[in-house]
Amino acid sequence: MTRNTQNSVVIDGKVVPIEGERNLLEIIRKVGIDLPTFCYHSDLSVYGACRLCLVEVKNRGIMGACSTPPEPGMEIRIHTKELREIRKIAVELLLANHDQSCPTCFRNGMCKLQEIARKLGVSQVRFKPIQEPVAVDVSSPSLVRDPNKCVLCGDCVRMCSEIQGIGAIGFAYRGHKTAVLPAFGKGLADVECVNCGQCSSVCPTGALTPKSEIEDVWNLLADPEMTVVAQIAPAVRVGIGECFSTPAGEPVMGKVVAAMKTIGFDQVYDTTFSADLTVIEEAEEFLARKAKGEKLPQFTSCCPGWVQFAEQYYPELLPNLSSCRSPQQMFGSLVKEMLPEQMGIPRKKLAIVSVMPCTAKKFEARRPEFGHDGVQDVDYVLTTQELARMIEQAGLRFNDLEPQARDMPFGFGTGAGVIFGASGGVTEAVLRYAAEKVTGQTLYDTDFTDVRGDSGLREINIEVGGATLRLAVVYGLANARVVAEKVKAGKCDYDLIEVMACPGGCVGGAGQPVNLDLAVRKRRALGLYKSDKGRQLHKAQDNIFVNQCYAKFLGDIGGHKAHELLHTAYQSRRRITDETLVLLGDAREPRIQVQVCLGTSCHLRGAQDILNGLLAHIIEQGLENAVVVKASFCHELCASGPNVQVGSEMLSHCTLETVLAALDRHLQNPLPHAAVGDACGHGCGCGKG
Amino acid sequence: MEPNMAASLAETTKFQKLCGILDHYGRHPARLVPILQALQEEYRYLPEEVLSYVATSLGIPEANVFGVATFYAHFALTPKGKYIVRLCDGTACHVKHSIPILDALRARLGVTEEKGTTPDMLFTVETVACLGACGLAPVMVINEDVYGQMTPDRAVSLVDAIRAKELQ
Repeated sequence: MTRNTQNSVVIDGKVVPIEGERNLLEIIRKVGIDLPTFCYHSDLSVYGACRLCLVEVKNRGIMGACSTPPEPGMEIRIHTKELREIRKIAVELLLANHDQSCPTCFRNGMCKLQEIARKLGVSQVRFKPIQEPVAVDVSSPSLVRDPNKCVLCGDCVRMCSEIQGIGAIGFAYRGHKTAVLPAFGKGLADVECVNCGQCSSVCPTGALTPKSEIEDVWNLLADPEMTVVAQIAPAVRVGIGECFSTPAGEPVMGKVVAAMKTIGFDQVYDTTFSADLTVIEEAEEFLARKAKGEKLPQFTSCCPGWVQFAEQYYPELLPNLSSCRSPQQMFGSLVKEMLPEQMGIPRKKLAIVSVMPCTAKKFEARRPEFGHDGVQDVDYVLTTQELARMIEQAGLRFNDLEPQARDMPFGFGTGAGVIFGASGGVTEAVLRYAAEKVTGQTLYDTDFTDVRGDSGLREINIEVGGATLRLAVVYGLANARVVAEKVKAGKCDYDLIEVMACPGGCVGGAGQPVNLDLAVRKRRALGLYKSDKGRQLHKAQDNIFVNQCYAKFLGDIGGHKAHELLHTAYQSRRRITDETLVLLGDAREPRIQVQVCLGTSCHLRGAQDILNGLLAHIIEQGLENAVVVKASFCHELCASGPNVQVGSEMLSHCTLETVLAALDRHLQNPLPHAAVGDACGHGCGCGKG
Repeated sequence: MEPNMAASLAETTKFQKLCGILDHYGRHPARLVPILQALQEEYRYLPEEVLSYVATSLGIPEANVFGVATFYAHFALTPKGKYIVRLCDGTACHVKHSIPILDALRARLGVTEEKGTTPDMLFTVETVACLGACGLAPVMVINEDVYGQMTPDRAVSLVDAIRAKELQ
């Protein structure tokens, strides 16, 4: 028998051409066969651990399809008795050690282990578990990590390190003790996790899930004394339908409003309202920085995953982040300020529930800067998945609901706010504002299609009013790291950089219905752009209710009241904590503090010699009672090391002489402790009095 | 010199040693294992703050360093005793009655499988799968010294002798 196998393979007797597929799994999927797999994701590296996509290659034996590149002439069999048995035993072994409390699991019905076991016809588990149950990690405000449900596919580990560039979780121990753990077995809240939750969106089981606030919200709704209002983020409307078999990307906002009203929310508003507000504040901030030529490039700050990432790894770039709060938090602070008065209820009796495509929003809502008098601006955050569960729990037939309108005025948003949910959307919305503002002419064609796209790192130059704006649009924090490093090194001249942690922007957020199909993410984004098209207004500045808000309540754009409610400040959250090692003196007494950085870079530049010289000098001069010497591990100013902080003065490129000179200055004339970023008294760093 | 001054200088020295080891290996992430080996030799275990510092210096996540440190049985994340007693429980040693030796050692030193180090930090008792000296079975190693054809009595008198020497 001869076949034309030039540049093709034979799959179960059928000739299939090789068309650039990277591995056998891709080529098998091309012919419409879904081989089971836990550990293969097209945008992550190939791992080959789950051993479910095994195939038989003639003259080679049984191989993993995901980790075997196609070669011309390969004869592949997929459905032999042996392969079926191997796959079934692999799943059986996984189930043996799996916590099978499926009916009560958050992922019940959306679990890949359930699905694969069903599809492979695994009808019994003949093996006994060998692992003792371990504690569930509930330390994070955003995520729950249940190691008893982990199948060790490593998808979360690779997502965190490859796409997000963090590596907050990794494999630890060996053999049957192997586990996916944060460093030192700590809780997720105590390591570098930025709460983006992408680990949970690739987890095939319930080992990583968004932390549910469903019960809290039911209790809140049942409390007759509370007025409960909701805000719904843009990306939710094009995602939630997937939980009820609506095609991906179809906006179902009207039904969501109807459902939420039915289950007891007093008012249902829309985060696009505050997204419009964000556009105006952020664009004005950008134009002001551009005019002064300072704090550029401006980074967006809507994404809490990115904000935390910047706080952890790039504290030196924090001044470049827009000081604007995210739309969720602008909504929270504004509505908690305005609505109680309008409704005649005490502030404490108003609760705001957000519905977000995002797990990091749960962390953001709990940040101490976003609340006062023991009341947070946003009380609870539900992910898209959680709201879908609540609708199910209420027994509502979602698809049969009669769409309802959002409540006014905070339910009114323009298309500019809607497109926030897609990567590039914030940039486009800001451009729609800036172009009109800069040229002074009405902008009729509001589409800036150049900034839209699928790639995780896009650079765009755009002419606005005769000047060229250099923009970067980024998603995935590993890409953000690339751009941040370039900015730090002065190797780029961007004006504005939009960063979203999740692939594709918020539409691909970890709170959205679990779906790793790239096409689904694209359809959700298209749904948002369609929704923008379907509205009468496309520019934030045309939002009449936002404008009324400024006229009656906020005052000037970027003014004092706006700063108080709509802006914030950031803080460094370095990996090496601020705990320092007191080497000399009593840190509790008011003395002059000298902190010598002994981090990697400073050490290489001779920090140790400076420290030794300093200690010797202090003892020699008998200054033990006047000075506290501390060793700190990294000021993250490595490029200008060695760094030594004397009092509040940071000395860079220092030598022992410059440090001793500074110490003398401070001993003679102690400077008052300068508070940083507190100019307007609201800790927002705005510089307004 | 004040006592806290002495302690702080000791901290500085400890830190200097850590930096010296990192420098010796060029602070290269690919040399993580030799770096951890050198650190374990220095501190007799791998303290958490040292591993954190190593991760920062090498520019890799802490979770990766933790993963490597827990992968190899050689690395310890809790302090070990000054004398590490490794009893071979490979096939040959096992059939030559290594377990009674282990029981005798543990009884004498008051340690268990879970808590293998004496409270005075003098001894740690561990088992290993094979020392490759099956002809001498049962085999025991104390730090770098190998003892063959062990019996429970000989093993106990060896640790007794070490303790007596240390107490002098």
